[in-house]
Amino acid sequence: MLEFKNVSTHYGQIQALHDVNMSVSKGEIVSLIGANGAGKTTLLMTLCGDPKASSGEVLFEGKNITRESTHQIMRGDIAIVPEGRRIFSRLTVEENLHMGGFFATKEQVEERIEEVYQLFPRLKERISQRAGTMSGGEQQMLAIGRALMSNPRLLLLDEPSLGLAPIIIQQIFDIIESLRERGMTIFLVEQNANQALRLADRGYVLENGRIVLEDSGDNLLVNEEVRKAYLGA
Amino acid sequence: MSKQVIVNALISAVTFLVLAGWLLGISMQAEPGGVQLVFAEPSHLHWLWGGMAAVFFGQLFLPNLFGKLRSGVSANKPSFKLPSMDRKGGNLIACFVLAGAIIWPFMVSRGSVDLATLTLIYVMLGLGLNVVVGLAGLLDLGYVGFYAVGAYSYALLAAEGWGFWTCLPIAGAMAALFGFLLGFPVLRLRGDYLAIVTLGFGEIIRLLLNNLTELTGGPNGISGIAKPTLFGLEFNRKLKDGGFDTFHNFFDISYNSQYKVIFLYLMALLLVVLTIIVINRLLRMPIGRAWEALREDEIACRSLGLSPTVVKLSAFTIGAAFAGFAGSFFAARQGFISPESFTFIESAIILAIVVLGGMGSQIGVILAAIMMTVLPELAREFNEYRMLMFGLMMVFMMIWRPQGLLPMSRPHMQLKQEA
Repeated sequence: MLEFKNVSTHYGQIQALHDVNMSVSKGEIVSLIGANGAGKTTLLMTLCGDPKASSGEVLFEGKNITRESTHQIMRGDIAIVPEGRRIFSRLTVEENLHMGGFFATKEQVEERIEEVYQLFPRLKERISQRAGTMSGGEQQMLAIGRALMSNPRLLLLDEPSLGLAPIIIQQIFDIIESLRERGMTIFLVEQNANQALRLADRGYVLENGRIVLEDSGDNLLVNEEVRKAYLGA
Repeated sequence: MSKQVIVNALISAVTFLVLAGWLLGISMQAEPGGVQLVFAEPSHLHWLWGGMAAVFFGQLFLPNLFGKLRSGVSANKPSFKLPSMDRKGGNLIACFVLAGAIIWPFMVSRGSVDLATLTLIYVMLGLGLNVVVGLAGLLDLGYVGFYAVGAYSYALLAAEGWGFWTCLPIAGAMAALFGFLLGFPVLRLRGDYLAIVTLGFGEIIRLLLNNLTELTGGPNGISGIAKPTLFGLEFNRKLKDGGFDTFHNFFDISYNSQYKVIFLYLMALLLVVLTIIVINRLLRMPIGRAWEALREDEIACRSLGLSPTVVKLSAFTIGAAFAGFAGSFFAARQGFISPESFTFIESAIILAIVVLGGMGSQIGVILAAIMMTVLPELAREFNEYRMLMFGLMMVFMMIWRPQGLLPMSRPHMQLKQEA
C-alpha cells in the first residue's frame, strides 16, 4: 500500500534520511521506532510532502506522491495524527471534528461523526467544550477522531503516547487495535518501543536516518540489540 | 411579581402601540396640496391608549394566574428541563436595537446623524478587518489601501455617469481583486513580516493615487462625486446627479437638507446590516471555521488537507471587499476624496477598533467603532491632548482587558439547574 524506495531527505545541507526502504501493506500495523533525532518524524513528514524527498520515491497504492504538494496528499486517503496532537484548542470538539471532514459532504460528515462518537463516547460528552480545556488523553482521542473524519485508508500516528499517563496510553493503544480490526492500515511512529512493538505486525528500527533492522513485532521485542537500546533490558 | 414580568408587559405594550398606532393613531386627509397625514381624532386615540393599558395589565397578571393553575396541576409530575441556548433573546434585542437605530435620526440634530454615518462606515471597516485580523489571524496594516481602492473606483465610475448602486458591487470587486493580487506574494509571510509588507502596500496604493495625476487628480483629489439616489430620486435642491427627479419635488414637500443626511445614514445602516449578515453567514460555513482553525494551528490545517494559502487568500480577499464597499460609500457621502483621507493613521484606527473590541467578536467591534468615533468628538475641547488620551486609553486597555471589550464567545448549551 505504502512504499518508500531509496528515500533521502535533506534539511538544507544536513541529510536526515539515508536511502530509506520500507513498506506497509494493507491491513497491517507497522511500527517505526528509534531514538530522539533518528529521523522518525522526518520520515513521516517526507511522506506528507513537507519537506520533500531529495531523492528516491514515495509510492502510495502504486502512485508516486513524492512531488505532490502537502494538501494534495492529505486530501486523499491518508490522514495523520500529528505529533503533539495539534488540535484547534479554541474551537469546540464538534468544530474540530468538522474541520477533519472539511472536504466531505454534509451527509458523510454526519455519518462519520457518529462513528467517531461510538469509538470515543468521551468525546460525545464534551461535544461543545473547547478542545483546549480537555485533558491530554481526551485531546489525543480528539486528534485521532479528527483524522478519522476524512475516512482514510492509511492512518499515520506520530507519537500518540507523548506525555500521557500509562493507563491512558493503554487506552489509546486499545483503540488503535480496534481500528485495525475495522480494516484500517496503520503506520505508527513511537518512542514507546515496548507498547508499539507489542501491537505491531512488523517493525522497523531507525538509527541516524538509516533503517537498521526490520522484522516482525514479536521478533523485535526479543531482539537483543533492540532490548538493549530501546527497552532498557 | 418578578422584574421579568414587568419588562415583558412593557415590551408587549410598546409593540402594541407600534403596530396599532399606524391604524388608529394616524389618519389621512385629502387636501388641495395632496394627501396629508394628521393625528387621528381624540376618540380613536382613547381606544389606542385603552388597548395599550389592557395589553400591559393583561401581560402583567395573566402569567401569574396561569402559572398558579399550571403549578397546581403539574406539581406531582416529574418535570423535564431542556437545555437552552444561553443567548436566548439575542435576536429580539438585535431587532429592538435596529428599530431604535432606524427611528433615531429623525429625532436628533443633523450633526449627530452625520457623526453616526461616519461611525457606521468605521463599523463596516472594523467588521471587514475583523475577518482578516480577528478570525484568520493575519495582521494587516495596509487595510486602508483597499478602502482607497473602493473609494476611487466609485469616484471614477461616477464621473462616467454610473449610478451608486451599480458601482457599489464593482467597487467591492475591485478592492477584492486588489486584495487577491496583493495577497498572492504577501501571504507566504507570517506575523511581523506580514504586517510590515502590508503596511508597505497600503502606502504604495496611497502614493500611486498621489502620483497618477491624469487618472486620480493627484493630491487635488476628485470632487463633485455624485450622491446616491433613492431609485433615481435625488436629494439635492436642484437636479444635477442624473436622477429623474428630486426627492422633495416628487413627494411635494419643501426642500430640507436634513433629508439627505438621514438618507445617507439609513443607507449606511443598511450596508452595515448586510455586512453583519454576510459575515455571520460566512462564519457558520466551513470556510469561517477554516479561518479560525488556521489561526489556531497552521500545521494541523495542512495535515487535514487544507491549503493555507487558499484559506488565507480567501480571508484577505473577502476582508478587502468589505473595505471596498465602505470606501465607495465614503466617497459618495463626502462628495470629495483625496489621498489625504487614506493615510496610515486610518489603518491604525481601524486596527485599534478590532483590537479594542476583542478579536473576532462582532458586537465588540461595533461597540469599539462607536467609541472610537464618538469619544474624539466629545473630547473636542481637549484638542491637542486627544491623541494623548487615546494612547493612554489603549495602554490601560492592554493592562486591564487585553482580550478586548467583548471577546468572542461561542454560544453554548447549559443544562438548567433544579431550583
